[in-house]
Amino acid sequence: MGLNLDFSVVLERWPLFLDGAVMTLELAFMAILIGGAVGTLCAVGRGSSNRFIAALCAGYVEAIRNTPLLVQIFLVYFGLASIGFKFSAFSVAAVALAINVGAYTAEIMRAGFESIPTGQIEAAEGLALSRVQVYWHVILLPAIEKVYPSLTSQFVLLMLASSVTSQISAEELTAVANYVQSDTYRAFETYILVALCYVVLSLVLRAAFWALGLILFPRRRRLGTSL
Amino acid sequence: MMQESPLVVLDRVYKSFGALKVLDGVSFSVGRGDVLVLIGRSGSGKSTALRCIDRFEKIDSGEIHVCGRRVDAPDIDLRALRQDVGIVFQSYNLFPHLTIAQNIMLAPVSVKGMHKAAARELAATMLAKVGLSEKLDAYPEQLSGGQQQRAAIARSLAMQPKVMLFDEVTSALDPQLTGEVLKVIEALAADGMTMVIVTHEMGFARGIARHVVFMHEGKVHEAGTASILTTPATPELAQFVGTGL
Ligand SMILES: Nc1ncnc2c1ncn2[C@@H]1O[C@H](COP(=O)(O)OP(=O)(O)O)[C@@H](O)[C@H]1O
Ligand SMILES: [Mg+2]
Repeated sequence: MGLNLDFSVVLERWPLFLDGAVMTLELAFMAILIGGAVGTLCAVGRGSSNRFIAALCAGYVEAIRNTPLLVQIFLVYFGLASIGFKFSAFSVAAVALAINVGAYTAEIMRAGFESIPTGQIEAAEGLALSRVQVYWHVILLPAIEKVYPSLTSQFVLLMLASSVTSQISAEELTAVANYVQSDTYRAFETYILVALCYVVLSLVLRAAFWALGLILFPRRRRLGTSL
Repeated sequence: MMQESPLVVLDRVYKSFGALKVLDGVSFSVGRGDVLVLIGRSGSGKSTALRCIDRFEKIDSGEIHVCGRRVDAPDIDLRALRQDVGIVFQSYNLFPHLTIAQNIMLAPVSVKGMHKAAARELAATMLAKVGLSEKLDAYPEQLSGGQQQRAAIARSLAMQPKVMLFDEVTSALDPQLTGEVLKVIEALAADGMTMVIVTHEMGFARGIARHVVFMHEGKVHEAGTASILTTPATPELAQFVGTGL
């Protein structure tokens, strides 16, 4: 028995891996953008005095948190197909991932909202700020600052989880790997390479969130509080 | 000449939280430029009375008028009311993610539509008033409690309120830091600001009060000029100033 690794045939196909990595990032980006917005709205909705809205938001979060991502992806994929919609695998994957990360974002944002002391809100109301202004300046922005570390690690997890969308043939990194290994019969080498690609993507994403944090939260930059 | 009507009027105000009667027919009024000091034991309803004036609580019955506006009206324009009334709490409640300048600029910019440059100048002026000029670009957590409270007062003043409400603004502070905050309020009084002040600092109350209202079990138990603090008429106030010194 001996380990016989040969990366050459796998490495030859680097443009495929590059395309896959780009699509993985695109998928993650779309899902984070849409899911982040949906999740934040949902966190607001869970605190609504309208019982129907609150229950709807809670139901969505529980449904997503208690089912596997792969099943959610199939549900979106076959669900859209059965009502006659034809979307690209990319779109379906992006929507499914957005729905998934939206639920986790909602939970994290809810904790963020709950961490804002009522005194802060009363101080803002006492200054005659409107409801929307209070929400924006005194609730939303400070809440995001507080939960930013949990939020961004959730987003990195989502990028890694997007690998599952290879199952509906979205041509992201893992789908590329599946193809390359069947083409080259070098499965182990292929997945070693793909694992390394994911590590790099994670590091890139973390660095990007860190830089974004410095821009969004000047206090952290000034006082040197880590994110 | 007809006498100008008071800026703040409470007329037989009743307020309960569930079964707990907190304001039991409270009446007092504050004229323009007046300083009214509200005293009483913890739980006597002082904070609730202040909060009703700024409509943070709805009253059950009675009337409250502020700057000619009926505060207990169901269609009260809250934002207009709160532009006329500044309120400062015991916990300073500066917005932690904003610099002191940004804290002060937020309301003038977003409520009054003031330009940022003008608002920053206003912030500098207000901070100078409370002796914090050098803290314009500091964050709240970089300030001492007394400095934070003075910044919170500056933030309220930047909206140019007609009435200021202070609810035990020095209760969270060390004795050394209390003085610097009280000095700011004394300067405001000298400027002719109309104020309602809840405080446990009896020396300060004696010096600044034009009127004193002593609350006891949700009622105005005794009211008068600052002299009632030295020559109380009721045994309850006598006991309060005796122990509350
Ligand atoms: N939001 C509220 N809900 C229920 N009870 C309250 C509330 N606010 C105040 N109280 C009660 O009302 C009473 C008067 O409180 P407060 O006005 O804060 O008194 P003070 O400021 O004179 O200490 C207290 O017994 C307090 O527990
Ligand atoms: Mg109180």
